[in-house]
Amino acid sequence: MSILVIADHENDALGSATLSTLNAAQQIAAKGGGDIHVLVAGKGCAEAAKAAQTLPEVKKVLLADSEEYDHLLAENVAPLVVKLAEGYDYVLAGSATFGKNVLPRAAALLDVQPISDIVAVESGDTFVRPIYAGNALSKVQSGDAKKLISVRGTAFDAVPAEGGSAELETLEGTGDSGLSSHVGSELTQSERPELTTARVVISGGRGMQSGDNFVILERVADKLGAALGASRAAVDAGFVPNDYQVGQTGKVVAPELYIAVGISGAIQHLAGMKDSKVIVAINKDEEAPIFQVADYGLVADLFEAVPELEKALDQ
Amino acid sequence: MKVLVAVKRVIDAYVKVRVKSDGSGVETANVKMSMNPFCEIAVEEAVRLKEQGIASEVVVVSCGPQVNQETIRTALAMGADRGILVQSDEELQPLGIAKLLKSVVEKEQPDLVLLGKQAVDNDFNQTGQMLSALLGWSQGTFASKIEQQDGKLRVTREIDGGLETLDLATPTIVTADLRLNEPRYASLPNIMKAKKKPIETIEAEELGLDIAPRLKVLNVSEPPARQAGVRVESIADLVDKLKNEAKVI
Ligand SMILES: Cc1cc2nc3c(=O)[nH]c(=O)nc-3n(C[C@H](O)[C@H](O)[C@H](O)COP(=O)(O)OP(=O)(O)OC[C@H]3O[C@@H](n4cnc5c(N)ncnc54)[C@H](O)[C@@H]3O)c2cc1C
Ligand SMILES: Cc1cc2nc3c(=O)[nH]c(=O)nc-3n(C[C@H](O)[C@H](O)[C@H](O)COP(=O)(O)OP(=O)(O)OC[C@H]3O[C@@H](n4cnc5c(N)ncnc54)[C@H](O)[C@@H]3O)c2cc1C
Repeated sequence: MSILVIADHENDALGSATLSTLNAAQQIAAKGGGDIHVLVAGKGCAEAAKAAQTLPEVKKVLLADSEEYDHLLAENVAPLVVKLAEGYDYVLAGSATFGKNVLPRAAALLDVQPISDIVAVESGDTFVRPIYAGNALSKVQSGDAKKLISVRGTAFDAVPAEGGSAELETLEGTGDSGLSSHVGSELTQSERPELTTARVVISGGRGMQSGDNFVILERVADKLGAALGASRAAVDAGFVPNDYQVGQTGKVVAPELYIAVGISGAIQHLAGMKDSKVIVAINKDEEAPIFQVADYGLVADLFEAVPELEKALDQ
Repeated sequence: MKVLVAVKRVIDAYVKVRVKSDGSGVETANVKMSMNPFCEIAVEEAVRLKEQGIASEVVVVSCGPQVNQETIRTALAMGADRGILVQSDEELQPLGIAKLLKSVVEKEQPDLVLLGKQAVDNDFNQTGQMLSALLGWSQGTFASKIEQQDGKLRVTREIDGGLETLDLATPTIVTADLRLNEPRYASLPNIMKAKKKPIETIEAEELGLDIAPRLKVLNVSEPPARQAGVRVESIADLVDKLKNEAKVI
């Protein structure tokens, strides 16, 4: 019995998703799942593999550092996962866009029905996952011999990145499928913490009226060390890039403090933030549904309230 | 090029779903059903490709019970040419659906299959990737832009860090994200016209595939409800509460 965790990484470091996925792996291991191995696939990702060697309770790190894994194209990574899966009972990945792209592809090739976005491990074959934008929780039992699982990061605490001393094994590449090629990326550059792991998130909605107005949220974010998020309406309107979107079909966040500004609180938005520890809503409409989930609600015009908040934080 | 679009019938995205008291699922009786919003986007993209003269024919497929014909009709009213219902009254899961869709693809030989990136009921986000794997094709998931590039399809994808552009060999699979387009409303004349468009029915059973569910739902429950908190009167009050009561700043 053994577990393979597919690492999320940025070549020189592990992504935060890896640490929470490993927590889920440890829970499965504790229920009889066996040893944990971590796969680091990519091009020029030796540093990330080194970081993975220090993860607690990891026996072995598999490094697949090869040209065809550059940009982690699903068509090239899935065959590697399929080949490795032979030796494992569980294959886990984070529910980030990488995991969502690759895991189902590998699962289909293995004739396995994967289990997406689990939020709890009940036993070796039973898991809980949210359905209907988190309005219901479904407890499912897998009848497949192998289990391919993606893990919702906010539902499992990150394990410490230290404490282990795994051995390293280097793998051969599985070749280029020739089916797809990477043309370019437009990644959002930001000095701020990552949205999905930030301790504080401040999000703006359609009420912000323009992208320029997000400056007032940025000023507050700077004071609080917060990440910036947005509703779908704000992204669709072009105020901010797509990777800011919080919600059912965007990112799921669960920070200590979530501040929703000019956001009405549609169920699809709540799906991405309602597990935050403390929720603050600033909205001029006292009937806005966001107030039903807010710990602290302020009925106010955001263009007055937000600059005032920025000043108050100085005191 | 020929385009196939897979569409799913789901509880309308704006309905607040209720969990059944016996824990067997969610209430579906007398609940408004609609086409999955991501599938609408996929249909819209296919129809636009046809309007631009890039697509020659748009075929819509849905897997499930007879009522899925309604969803197919909606797509036909948006501008698709004909429909296929893969009829099954059994519970279908993404792996099974991918197998059914594969057999439709083998019969129809499309150059592009469009799907939604996820269905808003089960939120699996799997079917397109699995279909692509079974066919051994390329995949462009979470697409926000599609362009034809001599013999290839150039797809811009929404990923965690921003956007990524890939060139895909055709035939290929693309799954639609929210910003690919804004779906149209079908006009009344087009709804009337859609009634005359053909829908073929294929019995899922007759395809002889292993589509039995692999996941068993043991229980469906309501997530813990969040208590509404308090209203604060001013920013000063708010900052005080965040500092001294919630202790989060
Ligand atoms: C399939 C599907 C998936 C979706 N996925 C997501 C998702 O992942 N994430 C998401 O967020 N949404 C998602 N949505 C969209 C969602 O249904 C809502 O449309 C969206 O969240 C609304 O965004 P909003 O609250 O910013 O805008 P609105 O609903 O328009 O709300 C704007 C709010 O700003 C307030 N306001 C305006 N001016 C001011 C001011 N000066 N001061 C204070 N308050 C002000 C208004 O009172 C209002 O409450 C999805 C929808 C569908 C159908
Ligand atoms: C635990 C469990 C319980 C279920 N219970 C029921 C039930 O009681 N009744 C029932 O009818 N179904 C049931 N289903 C099936 C379920 O409703 C979905 O059809 C199936 O799981 C696909 O999941 P998804 O739509 O979330 O996939 P996703 O991978 O999120 O769907 C992505 C895209 O795939 C395409 N697609 C998905 N489904 C279809 C389809 N049927 N036809 C054509 N294209 C499609 C669409 O383009 C869609 O946008 C159950 C599934 C599971 C796993």
